[in-house]
Amino acid sequence: MKTTIYTPDSSLANPFVMAKAMAKDLWAGRELAWRLTVRDVSAQYRQSFLGILWALILPLANTMVWLFLNGSGIVAIQETPIPYPVYVFAGTMLWAIFMDSINAPMGQTNAARGMLAKLNFPREALLLAGIYRTLFNASIKIALLLCVLPFFKVNPGWGLLMFPVGVFAIILTGTAIGLFITPMGMLYSDVGRALPMVMQFLMYVTPVVFPMPQGGGLVAKIFVLNPVTPLILNARAWLTGQSPEFVATFIGVNLAALGLLFVSWVGYRLSMPILIERMSA
Amino acid sequence: MKSSENNSNSDSDVLVRVEGVSKKFCLSLKKSLFYGLKDIGNELLGRRHGGHGGLRPKEFWAVKDVSFELKRGESVGLIGRNGAGKTTLLKMLNGLIKPDSGRIEMRGRVGALIALGAGFNPILTGRENIYVNASVLGLSKREIDAKMDEIIDFAEIGEFMDTPVQNYSSGMAVRLGFSVASSLSPDIMLLDEVLAVGDMNFQAKCLNRLGTLRAKGTAFIMVSHNMLNISRYCDRALYLNRGQILFDGKTDAVVTRYGNDMAIETSARLPDREQGVEGEIAGSGRIQIVSVDFINDEGKKCDTIRTGDSLRVAVGYVKGTDEDLDSFLELTVSDRSGILHQHRGDEQLRVCGKKGSRGTVFLDVAAMPFTYPTILFSVIFWNPDFTELYDWKRRIKLKVAPPENSTGSVHLSVKSTLHAD
Repeated sequence: MKTTIYTPDSSLANPFVMAKAMAKDLWAGRELAWRLTVRDVSAQYRQSFLGILWALILPLANTMVWLFLNGSGIVAIQETPIPYPVYVFAGTMLWAIFMDSINAPMGQTNAARGMLAKLNFPREALLLAGIYRTLFNASIKIALLLCVLPFFKVNPGWGLLMFPVGVFAIILTGTAIGLFITPMGMLYSDVGRALPMVMQFLMYVTPVVFPMPQGGGLVAKIFVLNPVTPLILNARAWLTGQSPEFVATFIGVNLAALGLLFVSWVGYRLSMPILIERMSA
Repeated sequence: MKSSENNSNSDSDVLVRVEGVSKKFCLSLKKSLFYGLKDIGNELLGRRHGGHGGLRPKEFWAVKDVSFELKRGESVGLIGRNGAGKTTLLKMLNGLIKPDSGRIEMRGRVGALIALGAGFNPILTGRENIYVNASVLGLSKREIDAKMDEIIDFAEIGEFMDTPVQNYSSGMAVRLGFSVASSLSPDIMLLDEVLAVGDMNFQAKCLNRLGTLRAKGTAFIMVSHNMLNISRYCDRALYLNRGQILFDGKTDAVVTRYGNDMAIETSARLPDREQGVEGEIAGSGRIQIVSVDFINDEGKKCDTIRTGDSLRVAVGYVKGTDEDLDSFLELTVSDRSGILHQHRGDEQLRVCGKKGSRGTVFLDVAAMPFTYPTILFSVIFWNPDFTELYDWKRRIKLKVAPPENSTGSVHLSVKSTLHAD
């Protein structure tokens, strides 16, 4: 018979037992995660007239803004290797996927507050459900992107095979960062408030709507040091038939994200009982 | 938190073992969040939760040093006032929050009838929500499919099954929640105030469902403010007060004790008014009440009687006028829930004599049926057509010793016989 023991000791005191429990809960949570995803996705647009189109409207609007800014000469944007509309559209789509994956862990945990405080279920299911939902929304965006490419005579070629890797890398990194800030964000709403601001800033130091700045200025340095840069650049390069730059940093960022994801997962598990205690108090 | 497989045969019947468990909570939100941050930090450093047992500023013990055991098929009730720590204890047993000290061992699958319908999405249909809710409770798709008909049947929502849950009445949603949550057969079942759902028929079904589980050997831990449910379903009760177990024993004894404590507390708040105070007149004063005494069946003055005993209320008066007066004496008996008995006397009394002459009116009660531990008497002298109140004495306290095995507010002497057709 399964025996569960609760003590005040930190689970980190027995790392092997904890690792086993984490693997077990992840496995046990897979079906629930699927259920939650089906629930969220089918409820997401049921009470909406435009429905699933909303997944496209925001990045489209964003693209329009930049096309207007560039076309009217308000902002002068350097020459891009592919037609600018494709460049900015692909960029904003990929950035939206990145944002989705950062917001998912905290969003899912916040939405499940009531359940968390009253029922015991594998908490990993929430994280998985967040990833599934991000993937679902991403696939709609990608499908639209692929439809748009032929109009601008952009041929992805064999690079398209690598494009999923680029998308997974973006989701992996986003989830790792999102999960890392979740415990803090559950305690203090400051995190949730500051996040959009920080992300706005981050977007302008990432080659999303403009290409990498030339020369050796401070801005160019920030662009190069920004870990999101290789993710966006490479994913877009694979999608549009360019050859990816920054392959080494791309691999490095992914390895680091993987490490961060694991550490954040441990932190999430450990802090969950404390968070529940504080939110029900 | 850790789990391990354990197959020891010794005392294998013990499903729940709680040893010296304590939990502290914080009164101030700002501090609470800050402590939470610190606790997470300690947790990540692998340190023990709760530090070295002391309270930090603004903290208090929500649960303090609680120990008990529960065997297979046993059922224990947690009773106590709001904030006594019942729900906190339940949350620790369910593994939602960690104890600050002590140890909890739970053997077998744990089910919880808490927050029925948690996780229901109002936009989705009942059927869709069953899948979600049952998954949250740990059922696999195959198990849910196998139980789907039973769940729908039990919830009695028939044609509403494919309607969004937001169109359900609150009763229907709760019925569906109960139906899903009770469809699993756990080894240990935690219940928090859920037996009051639905109409009478559904409540009866719920109670039978729980009875079936219990017969299969499920151990219950039940929180309820309904003493009847506690005494019906629990062999044992724990009376919690300020986080500590005040009393642990047979349900009837614990429930009685809890009832007494609640009553003492209530009556302590009631003002002890006007008992036998001569001169303080609430009325015209043409007849004045000077004393109210209770006399038991042995003919002695008393302030406590046993339920079922006869009682004589002696109302002493003094005349405030030389006129002879006709009067009715009204008697009201009440407790904190309201009036238990109110009746103007059937007999018209003729009160004669000069001003200052005294006498006593006796009111005889054949058998006191009330079990509520403190009851209050009021007496009023009226004129015959109830247009003049001569005097009124209120809230005269009498304590009642209730019988051990009765939980209602009155006790009837009932004898059961069986006649086969």
